[in-house]
Amino acid sequence: MGERLFFMTKKGDGDVTAKPEKKWSEKATVLSAGDMERILRRIAVEIVERNKGLENVILLGIQRRGVYLAARLREMLREGEKVKVPTGELDITLYRDDISTLSDQPVVHSTSVPCDISGKRVILVDDVLFTGRTVRAALDAITDLGRPERVQLVVLVDRGHRELPIAADYVGKTIPTSRSENVEVRVTELDGNDSVVICERIGGDEDGVEA
Amino acid sequence: MEWRHKNLISLEGWTREELSFFLDQTEYMEELLNRPIKKVPALRGKIVVNCFFENSTRTRSSFEIAGKVLSADVINWSSSGSSASKGETLRDTVWTLEAMAADGVVVRHGEVGVPDYLAKKLKKASVFNAGDGTNGHPTQALLDLYTARQKLGNLEGARMAIIGDVLHSRVARSDIQAFRKMGVHVTLSGPATLMPENTASLGVEYVSDAREAASGKDILYFLRMQRERQEDGLIPSIDEYHRRWGATDSLVSLASPRAVVMHPGPMNRGMEIASSVADGPRSVILEQVRSGVAVRMALLYLCLGGVR
Repeated sequence: MGERLFFMTKKGDGDVTAKPEKKWSEKATVLSAGDMERILRRIAVEIVERNKGLENVILLGIQRRGVYLAARLREMLREGEKVKVPTGELDITLYRDDISTLSDQPVVHSTSVPCDISGKRVILVDDVLFTGRTVRAALDAITDLGRPERVQLVVLVDRGHRELPIAADYVGKTIPTSRSENVEVRVTELDGNDSVVICERIGGDEDGVEA
Repeated sequence: MEWRHKNLISLEGWTREELSFFLDQTEYMEELLNRPIKKVPALRGKIVVNCFFENSTRTRSSFEIAGKVLSADVINWSSSGSSASKGETLRDTVWTLEAMAADGVVVRHGEVGVPDYLAKKLKKASVFNAGDGTNGHPTQALLDLYTARQKLGNLEGARMAIIGDVLHSRVARSDIQAFRKMGVHVTLSGPATLMPENTASLGVEYVSDAREAASGKDILYFLRMQRERQEDGLIPSIDEYHRRWGATDSLVSLASPRAVVMHPGPMNRGMEIASSVADGPRSVILEQVRSGVAVRMALLYLCLGGVR
């Protein structure tokens, strides 16, 4: 009879963990939608200038906001230069150096690269350059995908506080910040509008260091 | 979404949102398998022990590959030649695993409830059920769900027939749970001697006639039939079983135009599935195997990472 009972009644695996959420309050809008557009147009021109055209160039946006910024650059290059630059998206989660120390496993996003990157000029696009650790992870991820001729870095905002010897080739705007602040890049596709906002942690911050 | 499960013993405690989230994560993991270098450092320094007290090739190697792609160190501990065959108790096995600082333990055992027992005893390691007796095989259900979703899109409202020896099948138990949770309507078919008694209370219907059960379905799932069932007198003969409940071209032709044929493997060709169906255009059996690696990568990644 016992054999015919279908599911064993069991409690779940009882392993639920709850974590407090970080709270941020908006402090100032530093870039408007118009500012963002002008900055990206300038960067698009710089990309063409520095690479003497767009031959062999691939844009790779770092998940998640970098993906949308790369798509904007691709459109601007298509209008300006009449060239369709292959554009992909790169998720660096699995390459993070803090993965075993975070309390929660970070969510993975898609990686999709339009062609073999070996021998190509890969232009990485990210929203904010901060410690440099994301870019370090991205360089490792790229190494696993192929061997590009060179890699260049576009960031919309450089907020300082580098922890690794990494610099961007194209910088939208340098914004001095304190460590207790957060620079939020918003894109219409995910956030409803284009803007860059500085936020501050509510209740102050224990490791706050002035820039 | 914050992942809240440390172990996978059964899918019972998973919500539909968690299942959907899990399948999305699996999709990103699958991309890694297309790369020239199939290795990422995500689980560097983690130790996963495969403890198989029952034979397995695909599940064990699938967990092994999944762990290795994510850079975990995977150790295989099989029952033959292990301390279990020398009479070690399960309790002592647990202390041994703990002492070896295992971060993850993948366990398959002939007895129901062993993974649950290990999960309760092991303080640090995550435990993954790779099949316990006739109770459950949750990672198989996850890879079946994933494969079906990749082929059919949103599964809400889809219709599925599970055909064969449901009574002895841990795969059927886990699949019914998982597919129903995703909004799939499930019909069972097979000899009445191989059906559980409480089908209605499981929210599934039972139809003896396989042709009626398969008719218009989007997913035809054929279970492995063990030859011993004939010796036990539970099926008339292999030939008759094949004619009445086996995956034949004529049975599959009754399903919906987009239907997929699934099987958990290993297959008995000519018994529960005809070669023409197994190798035919509707078959997604090899996709299931591939999905298995991606699903186990997502599982190891989500449950082993982070500080707990």
